[in-house]
Amino acid sequence: MSEVIEKVSIRITINGQSYRRKVEPRLLLVQFIREELGLTGTHVGCDVTYCGACTVLVDDKPTKSCTLLAVQADGCEILTVEGLEQDGELHPLQKAFSENHGLQCGYCTPGMLMSSMALLAEKPDPSPAEIRKGISGNLCRCTGYNNIIKSIQAAAREMAG
Amino acid sequence: MYPAPFHYHRVDSLQDAISRLAELGDSARALAGGQTLLVWMKLRFDEPRHLVDLSRIPGLSDIRLEGDEVCIGALATHAEITKSAVAAAIPSVYDCGSGIADGQIRSRGTIGGALGSADPSCDWPVLLHTLDAVLTCTGPEGTRSIPVSELVEDIYTTILQPAELITGIRFRMPPENSAGAYCGFKRCAPAYPTASVAVQLTLEDDICSEVRIALGSAGLTTVTSKEAENILRGSRLTEANIDKAAQAIVAAAEPVPDQRGAEDFKRAVLHSLVKRAVDIAMRRCQGETIGVHREYV
Ligand SMILES: Cc1cc2nc3c(=O)[nH]c(=O)nc-3n(C[C@H](O)[C@H](O)[C@H](O)COP(=O)(O)OP(=O)(O)OC[C@H]3O[C@@H](n4cnc5c(N)ncnc54)[C@H](O)[C@@H]3O)c2cc1C
Ligand code: FES
Ligand code: FES
Repeated sequence: MSEVIEKVSIRITINGQSYRRKVEPRLLLVQFIREELGLTGTHVGCDVTYCGACTVLVDDKPTKSCTLLAVQADGCEILTVEGLEQDGELHPLQKAFSENHGLQCGYCTPGMLMSSMALLAEKPDPSPAEIRKGISGNLCRCTGYNNIIKSIQAAAREMAG
Repeated sequence: MYPAPFHYHRVDSLQDAISRLAELGDSARALAGGQTLLVWMKLRFDEPRHLVDLSRIPGLSDIRLEGDEVCIGALATHAEITKSAVAAAIPSVYDCGSGIADGQIRSRGTIGGALGSADPSCDWPVLLHTLDAVLTCTGPEGTRSIPVSELVEDIYTTILQPAELITGIRFRMPPENSAGAYCGFKRCAPAYPTASVAVQLTLEDDICSEVRIALGSAGLTTVTSKEAENILRGSRLTEANIDKAAQAIVAAAEPVPDQRGAEDFKRAVLHSLVKRAVDIAMRRCQGETIGVHREYV
């Protein structure tokens, strides 16, 4: 079909930096993040709202960015895995995943970290069962999850100080 | 995967949404959380030419208690409802909402979208059957009330008129001697249930004076059974009675064999879920506090 689809102007803040772009309505947030902005830390695993590799925080809410249009996120503040590190220092969650073997191939890790961020914001001292529920929208094909749970517990302790 | 190209319309009032949908006709869809619609569009099951984004309409996501009536806006997300005072007051609302998909989908998907999709696997409509909920719907012809039991005509098909939208859901706060439960079984969190059951019971001196039971993922639409309810109404809830009622409603179910299980397997799961939900609702009526979680394989 040769009908012209009008592009839509959006302004999205990602990791504290504001971006203005004109985008096609069907552009998915994950494609905006990866392809328009080159922030390739956010991964696409399944592309059908299943695996959670594409999880980012949209106004603090964990969201599968393969199932949100960039135009729906207009005016929102987004945090991706690239925004976790501060002044060259890894976030306590990142450090804990590294120290506790919370990753092997690393494909699921950005999504796991973002879901963990949302979990710890709501429950700073989660039980193992609460952690399992908190990351139940994120699949990992490598670790068997136990070390991920250990990592999140370690980060929770570190963040509590 | 890209959806097929479409025009995007953002509206900031209900009237705007309705007139835009009416003007665009058949090729337009309302977009709420997108957790069903965008998936379908990416898979090219649906190729609308226009999306009308409802999400910025103010006032449609309120969750309130008005007297003894619970009012939930159509745009309230699964997560917002689950964290609300309403879910704290009505355990079956918490059971239901907290087990929908996963945290990411719960933070975007809405109760209005779950109803509007007429998907028999969605959890809210099943629960709302047992609470005798009524939907407020507004379209070009004005506003009307539709009992939840009358909304769905067939799988993925509602009786809503073109450009008519669900704006809110209302039901009566269950009285002290009434309680419900929502039990479901699924393969993992980000998957629709294999089977689910909602129950609401009212007890008067150990006698069940009122009851509602509904099954989800058990046929092309939500399954109910007057026969099953009649077995329990007016009787003492004995194991034999509960089993008989479970048999009656499972006989009314028409589970579709699919990757979630064979028909017989689904019937067996439904049967045990009905018994469990009745047991939990009964104990809640008697004042016990019981947590319910979706069960995974
Ligand atoms: C992997 C996965 C697992 C899931 N698991 C579950 C589960 O376990 N249980 C469950 O219940 N759901 C599950 N869902 C579905 C999820 O709950 C959806 O959020 C919900 O079904 C639709 O809500 P939405 O706001 O996203 O609607 P949308 O996708 O935006 O819309 C769905 C349909 O409803 C229409 N619509 C939307 N709002 C209205 C309105 N106000 N009035 C009239 N029509 C309207 C739209 O036009 C569209 O046709 C799952 C989804 C995915 C992707
Ligand atoms: S890529 Fe988004 S959920 Fe798998
Ligand atoms: S570390 Fe490989 S998928 Fe999780």
